[in-house]
Amino acid sequence: MSNTDLKVKVWRGAEQGEFVEYLVPRNPNQTVLDVVTYIQRKLDPTLSYRFACRVGMCGSCAMTVNGVARWTCRTHVSKIVKGDSLEIAPLNNLPVIKDLATDMREFFNKWKGAVGFFKGNQTRHDDFAIVEPQSEERQLANAGIECIGCGVCYASCEVVESRPNYLGPAALNRAWTLTNDVRDIQQLDRLRAVAGDEGCHACHSQGSCTERCPKAIAPTAGIAGLKKLVARAAVRGSKWGKL
Amino acid sequence: MSQGILQAKLWYAQRISAMILGICVAIHLIIIFYAIRGGLTAQEILGRTQGNLGFAIFYEIFVLACLVHAPIGMANILQETFPQTGIAKPASWLLALLILVLGTTAVIGVYTGGAI
Repeated sequence: MSNTDLKVKVWRGAEQGEFVEYLVPRNPNQTVLDVVTYIQRKLDPTLSYRFACRVGMCGSCAMTVNGVARWTCRTHVSKIVKGDSLEIAPLNNLPVIKDLATDMREFFNKWKGAVGFFKGNQTRHDDFAIVEPQSEERQLANAGIECIGCGVCYASCEVVESRPNYLGPAALNRAWTLTNDVRDIQQLDRLRAVAGDEGCHACHSQGSCTERCPKAIAPTAGIAGLKKLVARAAVRGSKWGKL
Repeated sequence: MSQGILQAKLWYAQRISAMILGICVAIHLIIIFYAIRGGLTAQEILGRTQGNLGFAIFYEIFVLACLVHAPIGMANILQETFPQTGIAKPASWLLALLILVLGTTAVIGVYTGGAI
């Protein structure tokens, strides 16, 4: 690895602002989050950004790096650097609070809007529900359950860009895992919430979310599953009833 | 019916009509390959289609599948491109009407050979 400095352009400001260039020493195995942390600690303490775990679990450090949304704590500079330049900006499709920190409220409110939360009807006095690990539902839920809520898919989605009310891949992926949770009791409400132009039927199946998801989840596949499930429930009915 | 449920039904209708169109296009292409052996004349085409109820029914199914499929797709595109204009619904109804009228006229034309 060369010891020349990295030229790092970082977005400063809110919706209005500009890129400011910093010189950051290169290190072996350096991540993009290391670069941002170096700038904040050594060069400009007023730089705002968000992180917590540093190991790819919490989903808080996603940013746009060289034009692509990524989880910065697990993105090695050496894998994405162009020459000796990096451009780091806040995530797309979300309001910028300051510098690299975006307002995630709308993103998470949409999870609520997609009925992306569990509700059962058992109490602590009931036996454990038995969910067979090999059952189809469990397998389908497994495929999407590792989402860390980083917002990379949401920032990469062109439908979110053109339809601000669209629930987005993360919320729909969560809804899909829950439609495959046999213990959940709000299935029809969920299908109604994810139907139509603001939900799964607006998806173009372009697959940017799937390509960029750092956890290798395929929201596109989950959304396709929802499209079929919702359309069948509207026309023929589902195992939970007709929409 | 809520907007979401309507969209879900339209999506379903578009998928089903796409399946029909897939089959129709395949048959249509095979017929074209068969028909153009040794040149193509209006006479030859009319000779095949005139009074042939099978051809008429097949192409009317083709027209009906287009009637369902294309306006739904166009409405989606218009709604997404020009969300504030309210153009999607009237334009897609107009397209549906055009496909039905022009398509059916063509089917009647090749069935009767222009006798009507």
